[in-house]
Amino acid sequence: MTLQHYLIVSAVLFVISMAGIFVNRRNVLVVLMSLELMLLAVNTNLIAFSKFLGNVEGQVFVFFILTVAAAEAAIGLAILVVLFRNKKTLELQEINDLEG
Amino acid sequence: MFSWSELIPVFPEILMLTMACVVLITGLFVEQSKGGFLMFLSVLTVIFSAVLTVKDHAGGAQLTSQLLFNETFIRDGFGDVLKLTVYLLMIPVFFYSKQYLRRHNTLKGEYFSLLLFGTLGIMIMISGYNFIALYLGLELLALTSYALVAYHRNDAKSNEAAMKYFILGALASGMLLYGMSLVYGTVGSLQLNEISQTIASQDNDLFLTLGLIFIIVGIAFKLGAAPFHMWVPDVYEGAPTASALFIASAPKIAAFALAVRILGQGMDVLMIHWQSMLATLAIVSIIIGNLFALQQTNLKRLFAYSTISHIGFMLLGLVGGQEGYAASMFYVIVYTVMSVGGFGMIVLLSHRGYETDKISDFKGLNQRNGWHAFMMLLLVASMAGFPPLIGFFSKLYVLKAVVDQGYVWLAVIAVIFAVIGAFYYLRIIKVMYFDESETDQDIDANVDVQTILSINALAQLGLLFILPALFNYCIQVTKAI
Repeated sequence: MTLQHYLIVSAVLFVISMAGIFVNRRNVLVVLMSLELMLLAVNTNLIAFSKFLGNVEGQVFVFFILTVAAAEAAIGLAILVVLFRNKKTLELQEINDLEG
Repeated sequence: MFSWSELIPVFPEILMLTMACVVLITGLFVEQSKGGFLMFLSVLTVIFSAVLTVKDHAGGAQLTSQLLFNETFIRDGFGDVLKLTVYLLMIPVFFYSKQYLRRHNTLKGEYFSLLLFGTLGIMIMISGYNFIALYLGLELLALTSYALVAYHRNDAKSNEAAMKYFILGALASGMLLYGMSLVYGTVGSLQLNEISQTIASQDNDLFLTLGLIFIIVGIAFKLGAAPFHMWVPDVYEGAPTASALFIASAPKIAAFALAVRILGQGMDVLMIHWQSMLATLAIVSIIIGNLFALQQTNLKRLFAYSTISHIGFMLLGLVGGQEGYAASMFYVIVYTVMSVGGFGMIVLLSHRGYETDKISDFKGLNQRNGWHAFMMLLLVASMAGFPPLIGFFSKLYVLKAVVDQGYVWLAVIAVIFAVIGAFYYLRIIKVMYFDESETDQDIDANVDVQTILSINALAQLGLLFILPALFNYCIQVTKAI
């Protein structure tokens, strides 16, 4: 296993998460999962680099990202809950009161 | 190697954090009708933070920068000036928010606590000197902004705006982080000064360029520069006006500081690479912002598109080299003052349960209240960049810096579209002065809010008196970067 392998895995994860956000046109929950996946791709990247550079800073960064990701998920799900209460749906097509 | 004396330069941040918690707890025990007390506490907090910042600033530490906490935090003139602007901006934000929330019966402690946490995030973004610190500041600001947009939780529009903001904001953070990880991989450090040194001594490589692109995309998303601007109009329209006016003001300063710290301090060696990218973003923003604003009937949406074009001007300044940083900094300071005033006007006119965010709501404002119509005239004319208002000079400095760098064509396009943009600003003025009013509803706002708004609007003229001094100061502090 060389550095390249890890980087390719994380790049693939990143692309999957981007596809999940832009190509997926169905459900908001899938979008939230994709956002988490994107942060995990970054974490893989950072840990791989950290290991191969012999520098611990990258791993410290990962701890912070994990913590923030948890907070972000909490806020995202909270917004999701109030949205569902008002709209009774999570289909992306139905959520279009605003023009954009 | 921590020493207690390191805490002294970060007193403003510590105060902000403490008071955000105090306001949150006090909010539980204060009745809703007495929400003014919490606003008073918040205003005191920013004033004291300003005093603490100025005190250190005058005390010799003025233009030399200080690195703290294992060089993850920087205290310098550039940051101090931006922070002072943020404190001053937060005062009208607090007053307008109180007015707005009281009308909608949602005046609660959380709101001010969230605003204070957001301010803390902005301060950390301005002073971060390490990717971790910058990222944490960014997220603190972003998470509070999502909550602020969703604040009216029974309003479907507010929820939808929050969801869109959340998805695109988190996506932007993800992009920024991916860029940071690639830069870390090539450089082997998260420290801005070490990144700068290492890049200078090593050959350009693919990962670094890729990382730079991701970082720029992330910053552009946060700033709302076209073509990454899709969220801006929706969020401004859907969010409660009180939250929109916060999002349209202080965070722009933070995003500007983030751009200067990462691009100007960390990746200054790659300037030729990012200059062309920023120039493209700037021009596209100016064109899209001004063209789309022409067809808006909703004032909040109109302000959103006008923000996009203003952000374009700000990015244009960053293209203009050292002089450009100062011009850009001056631009963002002036822009945020105008923007807060514009939204303040919407808050002032709205009455119970009704948002006056259509342009037609401003019809015949001059007959209803001549003074407020004049205030709006000042703000809008300044946004359009009519001389002799301050908005004209901020545009002038940016264009001058760009022309000095030899990008005449950029300046020409920017001016052409600024002139096209003047049309929609003039339409607001026309509607206020030459159309018949549809209602004869009196403006019922507290005197304090009216006074703050008047000061805010008159600042468009008043800042002229300190214009050379302010701009020279901007040049001085950006030289150290």
